[in-house]
Amino acid sequence: MGPLYPQELLNPEYNLLIGFLIGIGFGFILEATGFTNTRKLAGVFYGYDATVIKTFFTAALTALIGLFLMHHWGWIDIYKTFYPSTFWIPTLVGGVVMGLGFVVGGFCPGTSLSAASTGKRDAWAFLAGVMIGIYGFIFTYKTWWAGLRASGKLGKVNFPQWLGIKEGIFIFLFVVVAVITFVLYQKWQNHWKTKLTKEDLDELGL
Amino acid sequence: MNPYLGGFILGLLIIAAYYFAGEGLGSSGGFRDLAMGSIQAVAPEFAAEHPYIAPHVADGHSATHTWLVYELLGVVFGAILSAVLYGRLRWSVGKAPHLTKRRRLYLALLGGILWGVGTQLGRGCTSGLVLSGLAVNSMSGYIGLAAIFGAGYIFAFLFRSIWLKPKNK
Repeated sequence: MGPLYPQELLNPEYNLLIGFLIGIGFGFILEATGFTNTRKLAGVFYGYDATVIKTFFTAALTALIGLFLMHHWGWIDIYKTFYPSTFWIPTLVGGVVMGLGFVVGGFCPGTSLSAASTGKRDAWAFLAGVMIGIYGFIFTYKTWWAGLRASGKLGKVNFPQWLGIKEGIFIFLFVVVAVITFVLYQKWQNHWKTKLTKEDLDELGL
Repeated sequence: MNPYLGGFILGLLIIAAYYFAGEGLGSSGGFRDLAMGSIQAVAPEFAAEHPYIAPHVADGHSATHTWLVYELLGVVFGAILSAVLYGRLRWSVGKAPHLTKRRRLYLALLGGILWGVGTQLGRGCTSGLVLSGLAVNSMSGYIGLAAIFGAGYIFAFLFRSIWLKPKNK
């Protein structure tokens, strides 16, 4: 029963090797679906390209449904994984900072690494920024961040449980919302298509 | 690649990450490990006493010898492999046509800095915090999703001149 490594059912070297292999798949999919194209990513916010929204939420739902069933069937104990602890205040504040960074920088960390690997120089600048930001955070941690980062601690909170909804019903609602989102984004993209130039459409691969 | 197929495979990879390693798929955590590892290499005593780094280097552990760092190394190879297959491996600057390259690079650097700080404060990025959080219905993932995308739509409206050509100019 999973997760294997935390229960010492997988030796550390194999665990790292599997991490490397999963990373290859991750990088491949990010590139293949167009997440290394900063304009496709910005399309999330302006609606001219629905690709990223479709890929992202399909991934979230596949993993959510898969892990829910595997947990239900006893194939994995999800609470023995790194199951994230919720610190709502710093995640909310940090999330707003990341939202600004997304619009200004046109990437997020994972997409920038893929893009940098394939020769996008703007992604190199973005990655340099990420490292500067992390070093800056570390060196100013004690004076500026330690208190805020530890605030709003709620522990390991399952969102549907917190809302008082059965997990299966919640997932079903999530699927409905995702399908509606896909349809609306497709309409938004179609609406834009007549306004974009041929060069734009070629570059976006639409 | 078809976005739904890509998303489905990405979802399977997240399941594999949880099943084998008990980890979510992440990015910013790996960059944090690299930053901490470099500090550990240069100033091991400082690292061991620093409250943010200490848990990552306790008992002589190397901060960079982590699952996330190996996963990131894989991302580099995977992205190159796909770019070669699709004929997209070349030096370029991605940007909206009306933006100068110089301006794009400065904005990318600035955006990166914001992500560097935001991920450490918010405990992860779009992959580790949001995607992997949503995969297990963790509340943190939903808060991250609402904050990153909610703020993103507002800032996108304010800074649309970065991505869309201003009208009547």
